[in-house]
Amino acid sequence: MITLSGVQKTFGENRVLRGIDLTIEKGESLVIIGGSGTGKSVLLKCVLGLVLPDSGTITLDGQDVTHADRDAFLARFGMLFQGGALFDSLRVWENVAFRLLRGAQKMPKRDAREIAVEKLRRVGLKPETADMFPAELSGGMQKRVGLARAIAAEPEIIFFDEPTTGLDPIMSGVINELIREIVHEMGATAMTITHDMTSVRAIADKVAMLHDGLIRWTGPVSEMDATPDPYVQQFIHGRATGPIESVR
Amino acid sequence: MIASLQIGLAALGRPVLQALAAVGRITLFALSIWSHLVRPPFYPREFLISLLQIGWFSLPMVGLTALFTGGALALQIYSGGSRFNAEAVVPSIVAIGMARELGPVLGGLMVAARVASSIAAEIGTMKVTEQIDALVTLSTNPLKFLAVPRVLAATLAVPVLVAVGDSIGIMGGWLVGITRLDFNSAVYIANTVDFLEFWDIASGLVKGAAFGFIVALMGCYFGMNSGRGAQGVGAATKSAVVTASIMILAANYLLTEAFFTS
Repeated sequence: MITLSGVQKTFGENRVLRGIDLTIEKGESLVIIGGSGTGKSVLLKCVLGLVLPDSGTITLDGQDVTHADRDAFLARFGMLFQGGALFDSLRVWENVAFRLLRGAQKMPKRDAREIAVEKLRRVGLKPETADMFPAELSGGMQKRVGLARAIAAEPEIIFFDEPTTGLDPIMSGVINELIREIVHEMGATAMTITHDMTSVRAIADKVAMLHDGLIRWTGPVSEMDATPDPYVQQFIHGRATGPIESVR
Repeated sequence: MIASLQIGLAALGRPVLQALAAVGRITLFALSIWSHLVRPPFYPREFLISLLQIGWFSLPMVGLTALFTGGALALQIYSGGSRFNAEAVVPSIVAIGMARELGPVLGGLMVAARVASSIAAEIGTMKVTEQIDALVTLSTNPLKFLAVPRVLAATLAVPVLVAVGDSIGIMGGWLVGITRLDFNSAVYIANTVDFLEFWDIASGLVKGAAFGFIVALMGCYFGMNSGRGAQGVGAATKSAVVTASIMILAANYLLTEAFFTS
């Protein structure tokens, strides 16, 4: 279980997170929605320790993440980055097997490659792609490789940062379905940030709406449409008028 | 009156403080790299790739620079020396000049142009495209994985490049000497060998190691602190090359003071 309480983060004059309280149960798929620049990515990076919060606590299974053994902590995570964040200098299979080729989980090259090819197959990529370089792949294929890399070491918790941004609707549907299936079959805890409502409906068990550095609403996805919260209603219906200023 | 004086002092103090802060950050970065150098995990594959890219692929550039410099040096010393009938010093001065100064400094500057820029651009792009964050989430320290292999490779490769540059530069002087200045080939070579001392060469190689360290350090530092977007990466690349070049020239003076004044 991941718990955030009173998490604050300021960059210069900009108070990005103003006291976030959020709980993600084990095996649950939480989707955080909110407009661009509302601090969704910063929130995610705070949990991973890529950004240090100014105040507040973040715990994983009761243990404060800032005081935990970093390697052991990160070994439990997998992350799909918005742009894929694949390493250009490495082949596709080396990207997928990155964690398996180094560090505590290091295994023989042949075994790591076998797992990488299997994970590529799981995300719908042929074994031939294993020896290609990321620059030779389309955006959708890069996202799939990123997904394969995120799940390669069988993590307990997977983070997805804008998984469908920049993809066509069909490819978005494919990625959403893959995320849903993989999270379900691995029994993993998932945290996704997105502003794509199709993704939200496809992936989420629970939804949290982030606006102006605070969680405005949180609840099961089934209750999202019926909630009277004006922020959620404006966001999910994409209205230009409402409590959320359209010009940020 | 006092207010305008305060504004003037503040305008003077701000850049000084910023410069001191930058020196502090770069020093801490360098210390951090040294500390990671001796602590596992090590990444031999990344080190070998860096060695190939920084050392082997810089050879043609350093070789050509040295060849033309050695040739021009021979012409200049001959022309200058002829004013007081000292044309015979051409071989020894070309050799000493190349080994002590021009080999390491020009080699270092050329490597700064080629390597500091490419390291800063590569690491800067990795930062902008979240590849550095991805490394962290994959339990890999970016400093260990990206900076340490490059800094180590440059520190070891640049002295070798300097040695090759020295040899080619001296050969450039010899070529010009025997084809344009009527030197006897055997006499030219004998003069070069007789007057060149061990410390002339060794000091240049030590300088080369220092310059290699500076080049890779600046490339990694500015790359890892790159701003957002193409403009951020461009600025990081420019800063890496400019800072590395100035630091090479400053370090060259300090090392020359340390080695050759008694």
